[in-house]
Amino acid sequence: MSFEWPWQYNFPPFFTLQPNVDTRQKQLAAWCSLALSYCRHHKLYTLGIMEVQECPVFNHKNIDRKLSTEAILIVFEELRKKGNLEWLDKNKTQCLVMWRRPEEWGKLIYQWVSKNGMVNTVFTLYELANGDDTESEEFHGLEEWMLIRSLQALQTDGKAEVITMDDGKGVKFF
Amino acid sequence: MDRFTWSNGLLEMNETLVIQQRGVKLYDGEDKAKLDVGIALLSTHQLIWRDLKNHECCIAIPLSQIIYFEEQAAGIGKRRLTEELSQKRWESTPMSQPIPTATNSQTGRTRAVGIVGIERKIEERRKETEKNISEAFEDLSKLMVKAKEMVELSRSIANKIKDKQGDITEDETIRFKSYLLSMGIANPVTRETHGSGTHYHLQLAKQLGDILLAPLEERGGMMALTEVYCLVNRARGMELLSPEDLVNACKMFESLKQPLRLRIFDSGVMVVQLQSHMCSVDNVTRFCLNLSIPPLCPFVPLSVRLLLAEKMGHLCRDDSVEGLRFYPNLFNSQA
Repeated sequence: MSFEWPWQYNFPPFFTLQPNVDTRQKQLAAWCSLALSYCRHHKLYTLGIMEVQECPVFNHKNIDRKLSTEAILIVFEELRKKGNLEWLDKNKTQCLVMWRRPEEWGKLIYQWVSKNGMVNTVFTLYELANGDDTESEEFHGLEEWMLIRSLQALQTDGKAEVITMDDGKGVKFF
Repeated sequence: MDRFTWSNGLLEMNETLVIQQRGVKLYDGEDKAKLDVGIALLSTHQLIWRDLKNHECCIAIPLSQIIYFEEQAAGIGKRRLTEELSQKRWESTPMSQPIPTATNSQTGRTRAVGIVGIERKIEERRKETEKNISEAFEDLSKLMVKAKEMVELSRSIANKIKDKQGDITEDETIRFKSYLLSMGIANPVTRETHGSGTHYHLQLAKQLGDILLAPLEERGGMMALTEVYCLVNRARGMELLSPEDLVNACKMFESLKQPLRLRIFDSGVMVVQLQSHMCSVDNVTRFCLNLSIPPLCPFVPLSVRLLLAEKMGHLCRDDSVEGLRFYPNLFNSQA
């Protein structure tokens, strides 16, 4: 299914950071929503600032408009405040995008586990994220750092325990 | 008999003699009147009786006062009298005295002489004009009553069509709907089909799509609906569009996938714009003025007006290598 662009994407002023505070608020909200849904659609979990500038989201070649680096950083700051983004480095060149928060992922994973009656079994992280059994699941292909966070969230809830094994990490569900 | 007045038996300017009859006797009720044999003259305004022997003796009664008359075998001609009574010609050409009404005042007919006469004539004319005007409006109110009936009729037919859908062909229904619309009656059937509009509006929308492309380009991609209305109707010459038709047709641009859109701003201003439009600074000023920005001194430069509009949230900016432009603030107006 191809990605559906929102109306703002074709509106030139969308790519100019608006000085009017109220207008800017609405503009940023639209940007956050667009960035997250784009990442969700393409299953992007990490973004690097350099590639991002050329990404079609922020660089709309058809109407010849692109969001400035300064504006991109402002959008990312908004995402960070909302808990959807985390900087990997102090220089803000790489970031993690959480279009779904760890708690939400954890819930999805646990639902799958209990639906299939696999509580009290042990999984390797690889099995969970990349195994054949989970191919049709949304969390299939989830990057390790995100998977770990999700499982840690479940652990806090007492629904799982992350264990270290010989060749890597695993998890047991309760 | 007391309705008769003395008269000189002369006819007025607007009065004409219809018929006369000799050998007419006058009776007051059952009794014979003192006035014996004479001539009865029927004119458009009055019934005159003149004594044959004494020509000076002449009495008359205005026809407007004749309420009832009996039919006699021989007579002045019931037919003529009925005619005159029904025609009421005395009403359209009044005599020098106002016709007596319910009060039945005894007004004798006097001859117009000198200044008094002239004054009277002026008064006459004024009263006549007044009467004509109120008569004219009478017709208008009659017309309105008829129009109401017409509307009711069309509505009932429209409802019948709705009920008996199968009895009328598609084409006829569509044609009839457009007739109704042209009379200004919104068809209930159309409304129920979820705003898919009538065939007429669809056609119109297509037409508009063609007509408006060039003017829109010239004006930087946006035109106020009032401007569109003037432009289109001027071009049409005949069979002008009503404002409702225009708005309804414009609402269909989207469903017809035309490159035009009807946009309605917060202030209520409606514009037609090209999908991929660019708004030149000149046009924006006009819209600024439409969007009820506080009046500025005309010497204030354009840029200030635009900035003010931006501050108020009516406009947003587009800053690129192509320059600084302003657009209507769709962030606010779009859902």
